[in-house]
Amino acid sequence: MQNKLPGDLKRVRVESVREIAENAYVLEYKRFFEFEAGQIISISLSAEEPPRMYSIASGEKDENIQVLFNVVSEGKLTPALSGLKKGDFIWTSPGFGKFTGTSGKACWIAQGTGIAPFASMFRSGQRVGKTLIHGGRYPDSFYYADEFELVLKENYIRCCSREIVPGTFHGRVTDYLNSLDSLSADSLYYLCGSSEMVVETRDLLIKKGVSFTRIVGEIYF
Amino acid sequence: MDGLIKEKLFGRTPEEVAEICRSLEMPKYAAGQIVDWLYKKNILSIDGMTNLAGKYREALKENYEIGLYPPSKVEESVDGTKKYLYQSGIKKFVEAAYIPDGERATLCVSSQVGCKMGCLFCMTGKQGFQGNLTAGEILNQIHSLPEREKLTSVVYMGMGEPFDNLENVLRSIEILTAEWGYGWSPRRITVSTIGIIPAMQAFLERSEANLAVSLHSPFEEERRMLMPVEQVYPLPEVLKTIRTWDFGRQRRISFEYILFKNLNDTPRHVKELARLLNGLRCRINLIRFHPIPDTPLEGSDDQAVQAFKDALNKKDILTTVRASRGEDIWAACGLLSTKEMTKK
Repeated sequence: MQNKLPGDLKRVRVESVREIAENAYVLEYKRFFEFEAGQIISISLSAEEPPRMYSIASGEKDENIQVLFNVVSEGKLTPALSGLKKGDFIWTSPGFGKFTGTSGKACWIAQGTGIAPFASMFRSGQRVGKTLIHGGRYPDSFYYADEFELVLKENYIRCCSREIVPGTFHGRVTDYLNSLDSLSADSLYYLCGSSEMVVETRDLLIKKGVSFTRIVGEIYF
Repeated sequence: MDGLIKEKLFGRTPEEVAEICRSLEMPKYAAGQIVDWLYKKNILSIDGMTNLAGKYREALKENYEIGLYPPSKVEESVDGTKKYLYQSGIKKFVEAAYIPDGERATLCVSSQVGCKMGCLFCMTGKQGFQGNLTAGEILNQIHSLPEREKLTSVVYMGMGEPFDNLENVLRSIEILTAEWGYGWSPRRITVSTIGIIPAMQAFLERSEANLAVSLHSPFEEERRMLMPVEQVYPLPEVLKTIRTWDFGRQRRISFEYILFKNLNDTPRHVKELARLLNGLRCRINLIRFHPIPDTPLEGSDDQAVQAFKDALNKKDILTTVRASRGEDIWAACGLLSTKEMTKK
């Protein structure tokens, strides 16, 4: 989905682009705006090209903005983004969007790079009462695992669908949720991933007794 | 050349057809003839283009086909509504609903196979997103409709979010409204969106068709539970964009509002809607909820629907209740195609 809002995009210099797992990259540039953890930004390679939206993965006070992305081979933007070097330029917007966190109890459920807004919330200090369930295909799909593991401990659940890995649940996040006897009724449930993942997980949570009023979804449009 | 997947001519603009003619070394005037055959006449094969020299028909057939295909299935309601199923790829189906109403007849067309917007009340969203329809595939739902000649209006309210497939939707509208195309007035066309602001702006700038916006709740917290898009494009921003636009006297802006029992059907909602829409020349269409499997939502009863309508009209917001049609034939959009898709 294209996004040209809000306001004009600003030209910024890339600090780095790193490959952190197969096909997964982190792009960084100097932060020039205040934002709320969980928000998104628009990125484009030029002022003329329609930008795309990405969640911010860095904390609210971090010096750099971090963007986590997978390369979509047939895509126009991500193959080019992955090839950028320090000093190259991109066009980007300030943070926007309402998928922002809570200081209260919450269960964060992510698929793949859908971990980004939760990484931002976590890095911004939202840690108490948080459970993170992250789905990925392979062991290296659990981006930022070291940070989460250290603090969230048993409240950090990795669901690996393609390989059996010690310390991780074998299956998808929906398989994991299905395996639970009950779910917390007083928690908020934040979902981030593809529309299929968000819709399927939301349906499952509702089926298991969670009120839809406690579920918030962010979809990769 | 048997087995070769041929490109489709239907859905192309005169400029694109001219380019094909150039590449095949056909005379310039052939492009106009082909466009005429595509949109003004009823032919199903290139052989039917009888004013085109045989050698040019043969050259076209090497790599192209018309690209029209009939519905694969139809279900008819006792009220005359018909739901047509069109196949768009392997195990991919889209729906088009034909809704006759006295002298009028509306066709509700799809713009995508599945949808990625994930609205809580929508069956199509449960299919996931499977792809965009081309302009030709969108128009085929109209052109191949047995009742095509009876149509008085077309609404883009079927499967998919039209503004997530903006270029194909705009192109289909261009062909529908152009003199070289079907020559329809854009006032006979309405496109419905959940409010993707940049695409909505582009639509307003590049077409004259009517706009409908799915509203469903005037309150941000409530709307985002129903529609994840609210997180990215909040309703106040959508309305702000609409308010900057001069709709003139003919072009219509309307808001779709599905009524859910004890959720969005209270006097508080009436009051907030009146505040949000104050001064905007618009209409609200109230829609009864067609239940879908495993939904936590329940539709408001008839009494509540009527009360909500009356309350809004009292606030000087023109409000109508859309008649429920085709309830006996999987009326909720996406149900029939899901049923077909999951068939063993």
